[in-house]
Amino acid sequence: MENTSTVKELSLAERERAAVIGPGHTFATITDKIASIVLHEPSPASWWLGLLIGLTLLSGLGLAVGYLLFKGTGIWGINIPVGWGFAIINFVWWIGIGHAGTLISAILLLLKQRWRTSINRFAEAMTLFAVACAAIFPVIHTGRPWLAAYWLFPYPNTMALMPQFRSPLMWDVFAVSTYGTVSLLFWYVGLIPDLATLRDRASAKFQKIVYGILSLGWRGSAVHWHRYETASLLLAGLATPLVLSVHTIVSFDFAVSVIPGWHATIFPPYFVAGAIFSGFAMVVTLSIPIRAIYGLHDFITIKHLENMAKVMLATGWIVFYGYLMEIFIAWYSGNEYERYMMINRQMGPYAPFYWALIFCNGIAPQIFWWKKARTSIPILFIMSIVINIGMWLERFIIVVTSLHRDFLPSSWGMYWPTIWDWMTYAGTLGLFLTLFFLFIRVLPMISIFEMRTIIPQAKVAGVHK
Amino acid sequence: MDQAMHSTGSSAGPGLYGLLAEFDNPNDLVRATRQAYAAGYRKLDAYSPYPVEEAWEAIPHHTNRVPLAVLCGALAGICAGFGLQAWASTIYYPMNVGGRPDLSWPSFIPITFELAVLFASFAAVFGMLMMNGLPQPYHPLFNSPHFATASRDRFFLCIEAQDPLFDRQDTLRFLASLEPREVAEVEN
Repeated sequence: MENTSTVKELSLAERERAAVIGPGHTFATITDKIASIVLHEPSPASWWLGLLIGLTLLSGLGLAVGYLLFKGTGIWGINIPVGWGFAIINFVWWIGIGHAGTLISAILLLLKQRWRTSINRFAEAMTLFAVACAAIFPVIHTGRPWLAAYWLFPYPNTMALMPQFRSPLMWDVFAVSTYGTVSLLFWYVGLIPDLATLRDRASAKFQKIVYGILSLGWRGSAVHWHRYETASLLLAGLATPLVLSVHTIVSFDFAVSVIPGWHATIFPPYFVAGAIFSGFAMVVTLSIPIRAIYGLHDFITIKHLENMAKVMLATGWIVFYGYLMEIFIAWYSGNEYERYMMINRQMGPYAPFYWALIFCNGIAPQIFWWKKARTSIPILFIMSIVINIGMWLERFIIVVTSLHRDFLPSSWGMYWPTIWDWMTYAGTLGLFLTLFFLFIRVLPMISIFEMRTIIPQAKVAGVHK
Repeated sequence: MDQAMHSTGSSAGPGLYGLLAEFDNPNDLVRATRQAYAAGYRKLDAYSPYPVEEAWEAIPHHTNRVPLAVLCGALAGICAGFGLQAWASTIYYPMNVGGRPDLSWPSFIPITFELAVLFASFAAVFGMLMMNGLPQPYHPLFNSPHFATASRDRFFLCIEAQDPLFDRQDTLRFLASLEPREVAEVEN
């Protein structure tokens, strides 16, 4: 046993560990607590309520898409000059939200940030479901999704046509489909040892069979673990540049065009930071109710929430810097159209949305300079919603204000979404909620095997041969 | 240190997969694995509920070709991605877009990069599973009633009956000397 003097001299790493998991946990208590949520505990009433809300909104998506296929995109608010409306706004918003999951699972893994462990699994799930929601929009945005096959994918069709590989829209297809696939692989690989735990802990025959098949016969061999860890680390190394490339390419959809307000070199870093900003906000939005409902205060501690608040403060400033730079460049470029675009944003018909965006993303997050705010659950929850709204407004402003004042005043117009636009957007929120509630019901929402590694007993003391 | 031993025969029968020693902490597992290797056993493996790198190091001579698989995947992705775009734009259907050259390679880089990442990730996941011999729904170890705790809070060392040094009695005695919680026989 260690004597008192060494106990006093707890290293920084140990104190750090004490902050990210409650005291007194063993391998067994961690396993039983997380596995029993899936295997043994009945679903709380709030779970049923959440699922019901999700399914209700999701049925709205079914209706909206059904009517779209019947009538065409005329049911939406888009027009000439605003040919890009809700479909691209929501696509970018959802893809951005997904990015925090990859950041937590890959970049923070490479940076050896151990506090990521308990939020990593459901943040990855969030990525996956957010990409699923995002993918709906490019598929349906023409109202003729069955034709998307030859617009999007390179195969020798009967018209001998290939898609245009020089277009950022084509790069987007490859970036988003690769991102979705790699996120799914990464998530599933992370689940394999936990699925084995569920297989071994399940009492119902059906559960044993399903988890048995999904766990692929994992048995925790040292040789297997070693290859497993190598594969995870390499996947993290691959996912890191991938996630940066995805929102960079999404920003190219705008930046490569010649529309004032879109044609800017600041777009790639500004979009990536915005993605992380909104993604962390969504992780906070999800983790606060989850830890309360399932009593996970020992695993998702105030330290986690505070760290996420710090990330939001930092990325919020990068985004805010982007807004300020846009104003500066609009003036400094000396370009009449650029200047008009910025004046129109700030004082034109959509000005209230612009100033709401500046408030949500630029002013409000400054509250996180205070530790009291970073550790207050109500403030964190409200701020996470404010930031989600702010990031949605940002995409609305970028898309709509740049398009609705065309170069010639004769082709100016206004854009307002219709009920079908709103139903489609709310429907994807429903899809997200439904998938998320099903996920926390059938899979461990916190990585059990990674949680085992952060308790002190997990460390092998210096054993000499 | 309660050592319950379930020994019935005296030699390794055809039905025996190996002997399984159970520990309740990673230190004992690593120490036992090192001693078993030092004693000359080669067909052995350690099992733990989370990765214990020291246990892997205690069993030398295992190859890890996952990085090589990932490199090959990335190179294949680069060839596939760039090859597809270059072939489609120069041979299959050359099209003049704004006077740019047919082989306008800088605009082919994003897709090439994405496919490199995609193929490398497939190689990492499926390569890792293949090298580990997974999926393998049945394994003799699952016959051991205690082995289910390997995915919860217990650590196991298994010396397989195929090992040239394996002897039912001697190996049992050897494993018992490593101070396990328990040693059990595992049937095939």
